[in-house]
Amino acid sequence: MREYFYRHLQAFFSILGRLARAPLATTATVAVIGITLALPCGLYLVVDNARRLSSGWEGAGQISLFLKREVGEAAAGRLAERLRALPAVAKVEHITREAALAEFKRLSGFGEALDALGRNPLPAVLVVHPATTHSGAATLEALVRELAGLREVDLAQLDLEWVRRLHGWLAIVERGMWLLAGLLGAAVLLIVGNTIRLAVLSRREEIEVVKLVGGTDAFIRRPFLYQGLIQGFMGAVLAWLLLQLSLWALAGPIRELADLYGSGFGPAGLGLDATALLLGAGAGLGWLGSRLAVGWHLRAIEPR
Amino acid sequence: MIQFSHVFKRYPGGFDALKDVSLELARGEMAFVTGHSGAGKSTLLRLIALIERPTRGQALVNSRNLARVPRRRIPHFRRELGIVFQDYRLLSDRTVYDNVALPLIVTGTDRREIPRRVRAALDKAGLLEKERMYPVTLSGGEQQRVGIARAVVHRPPLLLADEPTGNLDAQLSDEILELFLDFHRHGTTVLIATHDQRLIERARARVLHLKHGELVRDTGASA
Repeated sequence: MREYFYRHLQAFFSILGRLARAPLATTATVAVIGITLALPCGLYLVVDNARRLSSGWEGAGQISLFLKREVGEAAAGRLAERLRALPAVAKVEHITREAALAEFKRLSGFGEALDALGRNPLPAVLVVHPATTHSGAATLEALVRELAGLREVDLAQLDLEWVRRLHGWLAIVERGMWLLAGLLGAAVLLIVGNTIRLAVLSRREEIEVVKLVGGTDAFIRRPFLYQGLIQGFMGAVLAWLLLQLSLWALAGPIRELADLYGSGFGPAGLGLDATALLLGAGAGLGWLGSRLAVGWHLRAIEPR
Repeated sequence: MIQFSHVFKRYPGGFDALKDVSLELARGEMAFVTGHSGAGKSTLLRLIALIERPTRGQALVNSRNLARVPRRRIPHFRRELGIVFQDYRLLSDRTVYDNVALPLIVTGTDRREIPRRVRAALDKAGLLEKERMYPVTLSGGEQQRVGIARAVVHRPPLLLADEPTGNLDAQLSDEILELFLDFHRHGTTVLIATHDQRLIERARARVLHLKHGELVRDTGASA
């Protein structure tokens, strides 16, 4: 058992030495793997940050109050004033029936049909923007219930559709990210496989001799598997560094933009889980690519 | 140690390298396989080392039926042989010591045991002071002695050599022959393929003569 462990250690360090003796080829391979892995991870960061950002908006939805038809313009105006005084309310927009009709005509293209109705079927609307201090889901629900109970209000609707749509888009982008990750993972397999193929062919003579003195396939495979594993892992580390570098470069402008919106948002990097997944995937793909390539080419090398 | 009965080897394309070869080599015996180029000397050795498999006939080596050794067991089978090549087949990027240690490393020998056994093999080959050198810096005779040290370092019961003196002059050949005779005296079975008539006469061992793939003469077991 100790001998076995020792032989693994020996293979590991001999391959480290071999990689260090060919720094240019090693760097090139690791760079290609790193960039390939960085792409889906970068997309993941975009999705993750967009999600974090928009989760803060979820509560900041608007509440549309559709007023009863018998409520006149003046009464609606007074109601808006009353609502503005509430601590839970930041802002109230008053959309009169005429304004609503004009907007509807402009956007819907049913202008002619509405004209035929003779009178305006649309109610007046008060758009209530809750204060950020009252943007929690529960307080918001309570506010909606309170507003719905008002004498003048026909219907109170919490307007979160656009946030839901945003999340729909994010779900699509996320699915796309996994597809991309799958494709680029396959690309890493091919990159490592090709590197290992060259390594196997360049050591053909050595492999033949080892086979002649009784070396098993597992013994011959071992250093190549470590080579794939190490290159994949180093590629993942490089991908992580590339992401951190990009974040660092983007952090300034993002913070400035966030400040303009009065938000304290700052972009987050890869979490512990995602980093572990990245490093594990890099090493695993490297090992697998090497295993496939060595298995394939070792059979072709038999002693003469 | 080696038992061939009616062994044929036909290569793709229809060339018969060995035709109906039957022979027996006892444990501890020493023999030469001779004949012209293409007579089948190398093929015979390649069949014994399981580099190739016979087309027909039964071959037993070290009481193992070669036809029943599956591909994945071949490495374990080869650990019971030592093979010496005409072109030495040393690894140029490793020192003499590392070349000789290779058979021990692949078999997972206890690493505290390795230096002692490598040095014993190098001592026997007269190369003890050259263990830190690389093969290219050695003469042909020295390189072949490294090859022999590597072939015997794991103390195999059977030693095969394919034209071991093919690239060496008479004096170096004699030194190499001395080494083989010494292993034979210590109980190793030795089979040498060569067309070097002088070497065979000096050794006064059994001779198997191949001609166009057929065993045409066998001087029989000698003393």
